[in-house]
Amino acid sequence: MTPSDAAARIAEKFPAAITGENEFRGEKTLMLGAAAIREVCGFAKESLGFDYLVDISSVDHFGDEPRFEIVYELYSMEHGTHLRLKIPVSEDACEAPTVTDIWPTANWHEREIYDMMGIRFTGHPDLRRILMWEGYPYHPLRKDFPLEGKPSDAPDVAFSEVAPLAGGPFVTVPTDGTTQVREPRARHAGELPLAEKFIEEP
Amino acid sequence: MSDVSPIAYDSKIEGNIIFTKVDAAINWMRSNSLWPMPMGLACCAIELMATGAARYDISRFGAEVMRFSPRQSDVMIVAGTVTYKMALSVKRIWDQMPEPKWCIAMGACASSGGMYRSYAVLQGIDHLIPVDVYISGCPPRPEALLDGLMKLQKKIMGEHAIADQKKALFETL
Repeated sequence: MTPSDAAARIAEKFPAAITGENEFRGEKTLMLGAAAIREVCGFAKESLGFDYLVDISSVDHFGDEPRFEIVYELYSMEHGTHLRLKIPVSEDACEAPTVTDIWPTANWHEREIYDMMGIRFTGHPDLRRILMWEGYPYHPLRKDFPLEGKPSDAPDVAFSEVAPLAGGPFVTVPTDGTTQVREPRARHAGELPLAEKFIEEP
Repeated sequence: MSDVSPIAYDSKIEGNIIFTKVDAAINWMRSNSLWPMPMGLACCAIELMATGAARYDISRFGAEVMRFSPRQSDVMIVAGTVTYKMALSVKRIWDQMPEPKWCIAMGACASSGGMYRSYAVLQGIDHLIPVDVYISGCPPRPEALLDGLMKLQKKIMGEHAIADQKKALFETL
C-alpha cells in the first residue's frame, strides 16, 4: 500500500474530515479537522496498518488564525509507508484530543507539546511538563517567547533569569564567506534595533 | 623489640623532623588530597573522565578519589551545562559538602553559560555557588583541567587554614 492509497482510503472513510491534501516528493500529507483526529488515527492504525507513531510535533503560525498546527507522523512497519496528518488548533481553544490510547508512545510527545507550546490534550492520562519544571509559567517554544527567556521563580524547585544576548541572537547566514560574514552578530553587534531581532511581545 | 626510650633523644628521627606553620602543614595536606565531587552534566564530563583515566591520571595530583557522595568531597568539579532545572540540585549538593570546600567551573558552560544564551540555561554556576577556578574550553582538554587543579592547589596553599576556618579554636589558643 502506498501513501496515496492510504490517503485515499482515509478520504473515502472520512470525507467530511479532510480539509486539504498535499504531496511533496512522495510524502503524503492530509489536513484534517481537529475533531476527527482520533477516529482517523484509530482507523489508520487498525485498518491501514500504521502501527508506528514516529513523532508528534507542533507549529506556531504566530499572527495567523488558527495559530497552532499539530503534525502527526505515521509509519507502517508492514507496508513501509509514511503518512503525515495535520490538524489546526486555535489559540482560544488551545486544545486537541489525545491519541495516547491509540499509540502509547504519544504520551511523552503530547507532554512535550504541552510543555513547549502550551496546547492541552484532552483525555491525556498524565499531562505534566516534561522538559521544564513544574511551576514554570511560560511555554518557551512559542514565537512570542523571547530567546533570552523571562525571569521566573518556583521556590525550592527552580528559578530562571534573562540571558544576556550581547547583540545576538546568535544566527548565521548561509554563505561561503568567512566567519565575519557568516555571523551578522559579529558585524552588527549593538547596531540593530531590538524590534528587528525579536518579535515583540503582544 | 627496640630498647629505645621514648622520652630520650632519638637519633633515628632527628633528621626527619620538619618545622613549619600549622597553616602550611594543613594546607599541604588538603591540597594534595582533594577528593572531587564529579558534577558531570554534559560533554565536559567525558573530558573529566579522561582526566581520571590512565593516560592523564589525575591521581598524580592526589585528586583521583572521585566521591559520589557530597559528604566525602572537597572540591566540586562542575563539568557541563547547568540548566535551570538542574541548578538548585547542584546547589543542594554543594550545600551538603562539608567545609572547607572548593569549586572548579570546568568549561565555558559552567563558567558563563557558554554558547547556550537561552531561556533554559543558568548563565554560569557562579550565580549560585562561589567558584575558585574557571577553566576555559569547550570542552577543556584534560591538561587544562589538570592545570586548573594545580591552580587550585596553589590557591589552597595561600589560605589561612586555621585563622579563617577555626576562629574560636584560634582564640582559645
